[in-house]
Formats: sequence, C-alpha cells, structure tokens
Amino acid sequence: MKRKIACALLFAALFAAPAFALSDAYKGNVFNTGRLKPVDSVLKVKVGQAAPDFTLRAVSGKKVSLTDYRGKKNVVLSFVPAAWTPVCSDQWPGYNVVQELFEENDAVLLGISVDNIPTLHSWTSQMGQLWFDVLSDFWPHGAAASRYGILRSDGTAERAIIIIDRKGIIRYIDVHDINERPTLESIIGQLEKLRK
Amino acid sequence: MRKQIALIMLLVFLALPALLFAQTQPPRVGAALPDLKIQKPADSAGLKYLGLSGSGTFAVDQVRAQALIIQIFSLYCPYCQKDAPNMNRFFGLIEGNPRLRGKIKILGIGAGNTQFEVNTFKKKYKVEFALVPDGDFKIHKIIGEVRTPYFIIVKLDGPKKREVVYSRLGVHEDVEAFLAETVRLTGIQ
Repeated sequence: MKRKIACALLFAALFAAPAFALSDAYKGNVFNTGRLKPVDSVLKVKVGQAAPDFTLRAVSGKKVSLTDYRGKKNVVLSFVPAAWTPVCSDQWPGYNVVQELFEENDAVLLGISVDNIPTLHSWTSQMGQLWFDVLSDFWPHGAAASRYGILRSDGTAERAIIIIDRKGIIRYIDVHDINERPTLESIIGQLEKLRK
Repeated sequence: MRKQIALIMLLVFLALPALLFAQTQPPRVGAALPDLKIQKPADSAGLKYLGLSGSGTFAVDQVRAQALIIQIFSLYCPYCQKDAPNMNRFFGLIEGNPRLRGKIKILGIGAGNTQFEVNTFKKKYKVEFALVPDGDFKIHKIIGEVRTPYFIIVKLDGPKKREVVYSRLGVHEDVEAFLAETVRLTGIQ
C-alpha cells in the first residue's frame, strides 16, 4: 500500500511541475527545485496582532528594523524561499517596476530571504537596480521567518506576503503555495484597503 | 484497493494538463505554429490594432496582417523591462513605414501574467501594440516553456499555414536590424 502511494506521489511530482517563465536575465543559472510541498510550516502570527520586530542586514550594508517604520509607513514583507530558484527569481523584478503603486499607498517593501548577503547580492544584481531593501535572514538562520512561523523544515522560508500598518499591526497574511507567485493585484488591493 | 485506484486516478487527472501541453522544444523555423487560443486584448485599441472584436479568445490566423511578431514577455522579467523602450521603437518603425504599416503586427503574450499585471506593464512602458495575459501558462507550456523575452515571427499569408520564420530568445537592441530581418524573412514588400 505504502509503495503504491509513494509511486503515485512520485508520478505527481514528476508531471505536475510548478509553472514559471524565467527571464533570460538569469541565463542557465537557476536551480530547478521541482514541485515542493505547498506549505511546510505553522504560522505563529495572525491578523490584528502586533508584528514581531526584527533587525536584519540589507544587501546595501545597512541594518533595517521593522520598528524603523513604526508611525511612518505601511510595510509589505515579501519573504521568498531561496535565491537562484525559479519562482523566486520571477517575483521581485515585478515589484521593482511598481514603486509608485507602493508609494501611492504610503508603503515600503522589504524583501527577505534566508540566503546570505553575498548570495543575495549576486542574485538580485540580475534583477536591475532594486528600489527596495533586500534583507538577509541568514544568521541566526531564519530567525525572523521563525518568529512569524514561516520557516520551512528544510531551512528555507515560505513564499509569504505580510502587510503591517503604520501602527505595527499585521493587517494581511498570505502564506502562498511555494510553487506559485502571488499576483501583484492581491498585494496592491490589500494596500488600498488600508487607505479606507 | 478501491481507495488506491481512486488516488492514482486523481493524480493522473491532476497531471493531465501538464502531459497534454508538455512540449520541450520551442517552435521550429519552417514548422507551423501550434494552434493557440489567445485571450483577446482587453482594450479597444489593442483589439482594433489586431483587427479583432468582442471578448474571449482568438487564433493567430484571425489577426489582420501578413505577419505577426509574437513576443513572450513578463512583467517580472528584467530583460523584458529593459527591452520595452526598444520594442516601442521597433513598433514605431513599423507604423511609420507606409509599406509595412498594417502588414506586420506585434502581439505580446504575458507568460504567467494576470490582466492587471499586463496592464501594469503596458502603462509603465507606454506600450502601444497589443499585450494579452497568459495567466495560467497554457500558451507558455505549448510553446516549450521558453525563457523571456522570446520572439516568434509567424507568416500569415504564405502557402504554409502559420509558418514560423523566426524563433529566438533574447532582446533586440538593434531594432533596425531586427526589422530588416523581419522584412527579409516574411518577404513583405
């Protein structure tokens, strides 16, 4: 029985590959992870509660704390699982051309990954000049992701969008299927709700 | 036992689209472009440009032109973003030439992009040619899951149906050369 189920799952894993359209910007340097378990963590936060604070180093070299934005800006946290993987490489470049949509909603974007700074520097350099900070949650490994309950069992983070208002309250959580990219309108739509 | 069969059938059913649409190679020059069901542009200008009307899907053969340049792009593709001004200039060269205007059309298909994302790209880069979404990657899978941007030129008025005369990955910084090549390959006078 177990063997049959394992065979069936292997079949599904082989054929139901995640869909992505990689940019030629990455050439052949992206590692294909195949289809992964959609969600592999247990959320520790919920909408309406205060967002756990963190201080992480950005690729630019500065240190960024969530509290830096308290009382000033709405914050969109975009956690991605890992650098140089298909869907992740196909996500932040889209946010990079819509800075004005974030600004119209008085929001900043923080990209977060558990990769180290050199890896993130190399990877995000292929995306063009990013207007938002990319933060490394490498050490202590995945500490920020863990505080939110979105650190997967293999040490990567979930693909998650968390929106925090100016008061530091979590207003939206989308722990997305890791194999798919959240749509841009889902993020912008939630930001627009904060204006009402 | 019945549960096992049901489970296997469910998995086969779930994998069926991938099996049906899987094609590892991009369209080959000289071959016919697969019959694609493409979402019609949401804007009236895009519809008019392609010679279409109404909503729903259309086939490449319905485009009013002698040749169609298909650009597989994505809002999320850094090279597509960088190439957008070049593509606008390329479009301008075609539209500004009375010998070519109306005969060569451009269609951008946003692989994995929603209508909102396509609209965002169109607005951001002031794209005047037609852009449509391929939100579920159906077209992208049929044409071999190419990287972006990818260009296919299809001859619509030749003896062969939907003949692919150009199929290549990558941006075109020299748009004059790309246009000259387009004219040569399509034989448009």
